[in-house]
Amino acid sequence: MNQLSKWVGWSLFSLLGAAAFGVIALNRGESISAIWIVIAAVCVYLIAFRFYSQFIARRVLKLDATRMTPAYKHNDGLDHVPTNKYVLFGHHFAAIAGAGPLVGPILAAQMGYLPSMLWLLAGVVFAGAVQDFIVLFISMRRNARSLGDLIKSELGHVPGMIALFGTFFIMLILLAVLALIVVKALAESPWGTFTVAATIPIAMFMGIYSRYFRPCAIAEISLIGFTLLILSIVAGQYVQEDPAWAAVFSATGEQLTWVLIGYGFIASVLPVWLLLAPRDYLSTFLKIGTIVGLAIGVIILSPELKMPALTQFIDGSGPVWSGDLFPFLFVTVACGAVSGFHSLIASGTTPKMIQNETDARFIGYGAMLMESFVAIMALVAAAALEPGIYFAMNSPAAIIGTTVESAVQTISQWGFHITPEMITQTTQNVGEHSIISRTGGAPTLAVGMAQILSGVIGDTAMMAFWYHFAILFEALFILTAVDAGTRAGRFMLQDLLGSFIPAMKQTDSLMASLIATGICVSGWGYFLYQGVIDPLGGINTLWPLFGIANQMLAGIALILCTCVLFRMKLDRFAWITVIPAVWVCICTLTAAWQKIFHDNPRIGFLAHAEKYQEAVTQDIVLAPAKSIGQMQQVIFNDYINVTLTALFIVVLISILMFGIRTILQARVIHHPTTREMPFELLPVYASIEK
Amino acid sequence: MINNQMNHVWKQFAQSLRLMVGVPEYSVYVEHMRSVHPEQTIMSQEEFFRERMEARYGGKGRLNRCC
Repeated sequence: MNQLSKWVGWSLFSLLGAAAFGVIALNRGESISAIWIVIAAVCVYLIAFRFYSQFIARRVLKLDATRMTPAYKHNDGLDHVPTNKYVLFGHHFAAIAGAGPLVGPILAAQMGYLPSMLWLLAGVVFAGAVQDFIVLFISMRRNARSLGDLIKSELGHVPGMIALFGTFFIMLILLAVLALIVVKALAESPWGTFTVAATIPIAMFMGIYSRYFRPCAIAEISLIGFTLLILSIVAGQYVQEDPAWAAVFSATGEQLTWVLIGYGFIASVLPVWLLLAPRDYLSTFLKIGTIVGLAIGVIILSPELKMPALTQFIDGSGPVWSGDLFPFLFVTVACGAVSGFHSLIASGTTPKMIQNETDARFIGYGAMLMESFVAIMALVAAAALEPGIYFAMNSPAAIIGTTVESAVQTISQWGFHITPEMITQTTQNVGEHSIISRTGGAPTLAVGMAQILSGVIGDTAMMAFWYHFAILFEALFILTAVDAGTRAGRFMLQDLLGSFIPAMKQTDSLMASLIATGICVSGWGYFLYQGVIDPLGGINTLWPLFGIANQMLAGIALILCTCVLFRMKLDRFAWITVIPAVWVCICTLTAAWQKIFHDNPRIGFLAHAEKYQEAVTQDIVLAPAKSIGQMQQVIFNDYINVTLTALFIVVLISILMFGIRTILQARVIHHPTTREMPFELLPVYASIEK
Repeated sequence: MINNQMNHVWKQFAQSLRLMVGVPEYSVYVEHMRSVHPEQTIMSQEEFFRERMEARYGGKGRLNRCC
């Protein structure tokens, strides 16, 4: 009876999901309500979790509820603490969710909402969540070791070093693109700049208050900090309206770049309690709160999707980023479908705290489904905007010009309805001077969120507040990531360089750490600056590079998973990681290849360099360069990008080769050869605690 | 009964929020030290808090957040 009711229940779920897909598929040409996308997504997630993740957990990995976990084996009450699965889910989700899943789908929306939506769902079910889950499983069975260590022990020492080396460059690109998003959102916006700048003294106040008056009172200081943040958003409006103050907080992109680079350097050498920790509290709680708020808003308001399901830009001629649907849609959506960075988190603190092996399914697979849902909401927020507004905000000035008139003219020619009044009205509503060419995704998300949130709380009068709240929310956790990433990068670099120059390895040496921090900051600062001065908006170059880097890491992680499955003698189930690994590798390598060799200068770096070279020989100066010297710089930048992209290709291909070697070796041996910790029984009290 | 359950859920929620910023349950740590390492000194709550903060942000090259 019970079995029957379950069967009926799941059948109904499938029917509901299918119906939602039907509405989406059949309503082409008319706009549909976002609720259908939400329903379709949730049904897909539930069915995938119930059936596919259970298949992986029980039939393939054979998670064993009686097996020892690192949390119990090394229990120290600090790093290794057996933790309830719901508590740990929150921790893991907060660690994996960031700007990536929010920005990717917004940029991808230029092709319409359908391609991104389909990839977000298919990608997460068969690639992203599988990767997170299996890496978590692999790390959990190996004393919670890190991804680099796991690759070293399963594939060999050399591939492990290659992967570490690759990870460092991925970090630089990640930090550059995150910082670029902040610069693009804050340039010439005194309100936004003021509120984001205010977070620094607010966080420092919280840090000092916590250090000297109320240690350990996280909730209290976070509430104080949150109140101050809200006040700073309100105060920002007055700053903007006052010409003298507005001038102080009005900065160009280039100025902001230098400020950010300086900030990144100083913040990452300050003691953590002063700035990083308190701001991390604010950004983490704000992130979780806003995501929940956005979900409620999307469901209650269920906005109509004004973006067409498919736009003409699936041919690769879009203004936001260049390149065909295959492979560039996949590297653009990135994090919400499959994100390589998660393999670092899944082999980080989470496996040290898993109470019982069987929890890995809920935490690994489940949290990634949740991340995909966040991406779906970002997609809804972008698609709910008037397409005309979306393209006005996301097209670079080199394509639509810098005035309302030129933007309206160009976008109308593309066939999207837009009037100058629509742009001025939106600009006024969000309390900004201009919304034209606010590329980078964050401002678009902010307008979308402001529409949704002001629909729930307040009216259009509140839109400016919500817009700046959304900008603050993104800038806050991006700055935390920049600061923490610079620190992590510094340690990585000291570790890497330490292999050659022993003096660099001393992490407590001031000189060594300043040098390593300097290298890190100038590394991402270089790409950031290059992106900011790019007339095509920088995002056009950096986001695909970031996507390629991220997907490359996912490829590495999936290759590791595949090798482990073969070494476990689970050959007949290896397809669960072979298929996503092959797909991710094909997408990444094709995209990287096109970024280098494509003959369209908007896509291929070499073609771009050639175009500038030709101009140089004819003594013509092309924007953004203002002199022949700067032209040479642009060409040099192109070659740097080519080198970096080529490096990513080499890293991925070499890991692939080492992976294939490992698999072939495993195939000829007739017993499992994994390097798991030997089986131990979980202590009896563990099952009682559960 | 329901009150108890609500309490339990709330506690877990608060615990999860603290863990998101890298601070596990102090009482669990104390309990663990008392039962397993009675000979060692137990950190005060403040020391524990600082130790966890340094461990989370002090680096060692491990990323604890994502893009």
